[in-house]
Amino acid sequence: MLILTCPYCGVAADETELAPGGEAHLTREGPGSDDDAFAGYLFHRENPKGVHFERWRHAMGCGKWFHAARCTVTLEVFGTYAAQVTEPPRAIRDAVSARRPGWRWRDLT
Amino acid sequence: MSIRLNSGGRRIDRDRVLRYRFNGRDMAGFAGDTLASALLGAGQTLMGRSFKYHRPRGVVASGPEEPNALMGVGEGARFEPNQRAPATPLHEGLVAVSQNHWPSLERDVGAVNTALARFLPAGFYYKTFTWPRAFWKHVYEPFIRRSAGLGRPPEEADADRYEHFNIRTDVVVIGGGIAGLTAARLAAEAGLEVLLIEQDTIWGGRAPVDGVEIDGNPAQAWVDDTVAALAAMPNVRLRLGTMAAGIYDHGYLLAYERVADRPDSSGAPRHRLWRVRARRIVTATGAIERPLSFACNDVPGVMLAGAVRDYLVDYGVSPGDRTVIVTNNDDAYRTAIALHRAGLSVPAIVDARPEIAGALPEEARQLGLTILPGTGIAKVKGGRQVTGVALCQQGGDGAVTQEIACDAVAMSGGWSPVVHLWSHCGGKLIWDAEQAHFRPDPDRAPTGADGRGFVVTAGAASGALRADAALSDAAAAADRVLTALDQTAGDASPPRADVPSEAPLAPVWMMPQRAGADLRAKMWLDFQNDVKVSDVRLAAQEGFTSVEHAKRYTTLGMATDQGKLSNINGLAVLADARGDAIPQVGTTTFRPPYVPISMGSIAGEARGDLFQPIRRTPLHDWHEGQGARWEPVGQWRRPYTYLREGEGVKDAVNREILNTRSNVGLLDASTLGKIVVKGPDAGRFLDMLYTNMMSTLKVGRCRYGLMCSENGFLMDDGVVARLSEDTFLCHTTTGGADRIHAHMEEWLQTEWWTWKVWIANLTEHYAQIAVVGPKARTLLERLGGMDLSRDALPFMGWADGTLGGLPVRVYRISFSGELSYEIAVPAGQGRALWDRLLSEGADLGVMPYGTEALHVMRAEKGFIMIGDETDGTVIPQDLGLDWAISKKKDDYLGKRAQARPHMTDPDRWTLVGLETESGAVLPEGAYAVAEGTNANGQRRTQGRVTSTYYSPTLDRGIAMGLVWRGPERLGEVLTFPKVDGTPVRARIVSPVFYDPKGEKQDV
Ligand SMILES: [Zn+2]
Repeated sequence: MLILTCPYCGVAADETELAPGGEAHLTREGPGSDDDAFAGYLFHRENPKGVHFERWRHAMGCGKWFHAARCTVTLEVFGTYAAQVTEPPRAIRDAVSARRPGWRWRDLT
Repeated sequence: MSIRLNSGGRRIDRDRVLRYRFNGRDMAGFAGDTLASALLGAGQTLMGRSFKYHRPRGVVASGPEEPNALMGVGEGARFEPNQRAPATPLHEGLVAVSQNHWPSLERDVGAVNTALARFLPAGFYYKTFTWPRAFWKHVYEPFIRRSAGLGRPPEEADADRYEHFNIRTDVVVIGGGIAGLTAARLAAEAGLEVLLIEQDTIWGGRAPVDGVEIDGNPAQAWVDDTVAALAAMPNVRLRLGTMAAGIYDHGYLLAYERVADRPDSSGAPRHRLWRVRARRIVTATGAIERPLSFACNDVPGVMLAGAVRDYLVDYGVSPGDRTVIVTNNDDAYRTAIALHRAGLSVPAIVDARPEIAGALPEEARQLGLTILPGTGIAKVKGGRQVTGVALCQQGGDGAVTQEIACDAVAMSGGWSPVVHLWSHCGGKLIWDAEQAHFRPDPDRAPTGADGRGFVVTAGAASGALRADAALSDAAAAADRVLTALDQTAGDASPPRADVPSEAPLAPVWMMPQRAGADLRAKMWLDFQNDVKVSDVRLAAQEGFTSVEHAKRYTTLGMATDQGKLSNINGLAVLADARGDAIPQVGTTTFRPPYVPISMGSIAGEARGDLFQPIRRTPLHDWHEGQGARWEPVGQWRRPYTYLREGEGVKDAVNREILNTRSNVGLLDASTLGKIVVKGPDAGRFLDMLYTNMMSTLKVGRCRYGLMCSENGFLMDDGVVARLSEDTFLCHTTTGGADRIHAHMEEWLQTEWWTWKVWIANLTEHYAQIAVVGPKARTLLERLGGMDLSRDALPFMGWADGTLGGLPVRVYRISFSGELSYEIAVPAGQGRALWDRLLSEGADLGVMPYGTEALHVMRAEKGFIMIGDETDGTVIPQDLGLDWAISKKKDDYLGKRAQARPHMTDPDRWTLVGLETESGAVLPEGAYAVAEGTNANGQRRTQGRVTSTYYSPTLDRGIAMGLVWRGPERLGEVLTFPKVDGTPVRARIVSPVFYDPKGEKQDV
């Protein structure tokens, strides 16, 4: 059972307090998008062995959505950050690099 | 025969006799006994029957790893199956029964399975029971059902109470042997908060039994001092009888405390489940001795050498008068020496090693014991009890060299660290060739949130089997914990043990080494699941060479054993059959719990009323007093119908419908979700969430809205009211309120976070009462306070005001097709409004109605119901709801998905009404059949029933369904086979059965 720290209220929350929200930083494809782009948005997901960026909600706490950067193999948590960004902030990416030099996730490094 | 000696037994109090019952017989033991030691002391070596062959079995081990002596303990509402006798403390009045036999332990008809053994090989479930098919029902299935499962479940509801306990601590030390005590002491002295748990009911582990000396004193004295010192420290918690069941992500640990397993302990919970978060966990879980694989090693009287020593030293019990020792290591000589010193006969020490040089064998020699090097057991003799052993050369094929009469055999194949907890959360193992076991690899520990290992092993659990090594390993473990937690060591210095040196063991995986098929078919690897050397070899031969496959094919290490006794021996046989080394074969996955825990402890307090909290509307108590039959909807209870004296359910529903359609009915609609969406961008936000245009809704007006997921599928519906320029109230379905609230928050927070919108779920702030029927307006006018005329409050309008002096918001919306007002009132005043409506409307025929009447009336009107007409694969267009989908909007959630090719396919099943030719009611969920069969040879289908009711208004069955190209086929007749195959014919009609022009609701 993971512990993730909610970046809004600061609570180090047990997984039972949280609701998972799948992969982070998807770009919404709306009307007008082509079928491939839309299928990619709706269905295709990363399945990394290692660094991953995920959405979580502090559902049984402050109710806020946030992001977590963690390792799917070791369960190391590199950091949590606000949901209102389209990609991981510099500080989070540096924290990942410090622990996993040369990491890659989608086109992020 | 096993006996109680006249003296000895450090754990028992011979002055306190405890009476208990075993298989209906009155027995006696001593305080401090376990069920196993008491039975052995009473000469009861036969303790159960094996799972598959029903072979007679005795106790093998002295701890919870015991595979054979599984008992049903307790009676009635306190009965628990599969309790391991050596881990069951005896108490006055204990009642136990042995398992896996009929009619009795001594005379068991299932033992015929032994004679059939060659027909029940590995994988026999898969092989034997396939053909002929007709045999399934009368032969195979009854056989499997009778033989499947260990023990029998309790038949009464559990009489005890259980609890959960949540705790955070710096360090948990698991295991109260000398290594665990040392690690706990050093961590505590450094100032860390420590929880030390031990599964046994006393501290100290094996060291006191093995005669270890620590810092110059007997181990027991050191243990007593150390426990006293720990108990005096404010930062230490100590718990005996508490077993660590599993280690999970990020330092989460479940521990199982048997608080009060006796019926006379009033008040206390029976078991307590500790839910622990620890910064570091030290597993000082010791090691388990391995059996040796020789023919008939399962006959009662064959035991682990360490267990024989335990019963002797701890309980003053001898497993026999003449005990042959068989070993591949020096440790088993301790048992020989202990037996000899207790005045018991040890006719021979059979040692598979050709050269024997250690200090312990030397001591045995000096005591005059016979040591037979390079020797093995060819076969154990005896049926229900060992009568002797036939010996052979270990390197040979089993030719008997001599026979020795004996009534017990103490075997030792070496010791394996208990690695289960280490492995639960991803800790890796390395093969230690010298000690022939897997042990934790300290460089590959389970990692925590900080990326560093959070489990550290100490003592024998690390593979440091001897006491001196175990103590220094425990000190090193404590050091690692202190370093990880930036703590400086305290004053206490690590203890030192004094033990004789030991010569290395010789791995022995089969005895004798070149045993033929006959002997291999009698060598048990897994006593509990009746898996033999021949079974594992057969599995490998048939291609189940992966360790996980072989485990499942043979059932090796399944059930409560979980690889405790059987693991390494089984792996070694598999490796040999594959021609690989053991580390190449690897281990199966270790999964929690380490030892089975009670279901009650998992449930904790969550039973009965606390299992799931019930949400009650402000009118709940009134409903209860009026004969409401409850329908669970989410966590709510809603009245399905209100039964009157002598009335059937169907009659009650029909009465409620007819009364509502002709007079006036009241519905408690308080459970409907009520979500306020407010802010400058609220309209824009709702335009994205609903398929309709909400931003153009006028203040004072209501609009029915549909909500879809981004997949395009319809997920909820409800009426939206615009309360002010920047405020909307969104009604959701009863079950949908929390989910839709979360859905709104998700999109607001994660996609449109710059939009200025606030969302609040006000569902429980208001009671909501639907006043429905032709006399609804008359009734409300009697309460007075508002103009509710058609002009003042037209259909699909809302207004604030007072009714009968109560502050209300009145929505003129209808889910029944009748003149209808839904009245929201602050929750605390809901009951007052309800009572006023009932008293004022008495002469108008006012009558409450339940959810079934609601459902029938909406179906009569052709209104869809989320969850009936929708199932997560239905889009609004399938339901003819195109009118509720804005054509003017560029975007809404689901719009793009609804343009995908298969969503616009004209061959989709779409909503229609269905009317049986006979007037009967169509079966729920029935499918309409089409011509021909599909690729699987099944009849083709062309539609299905989604809602079906008897309509008292129309006095016939009505239904809605999704049908291939439905609306194009009005008038066609479809065939719906019932479960028994008889066909029901129904015509495709409009789904609106009642008042198709909608005149009644708009008066
Ligand atoms: Zn929070």
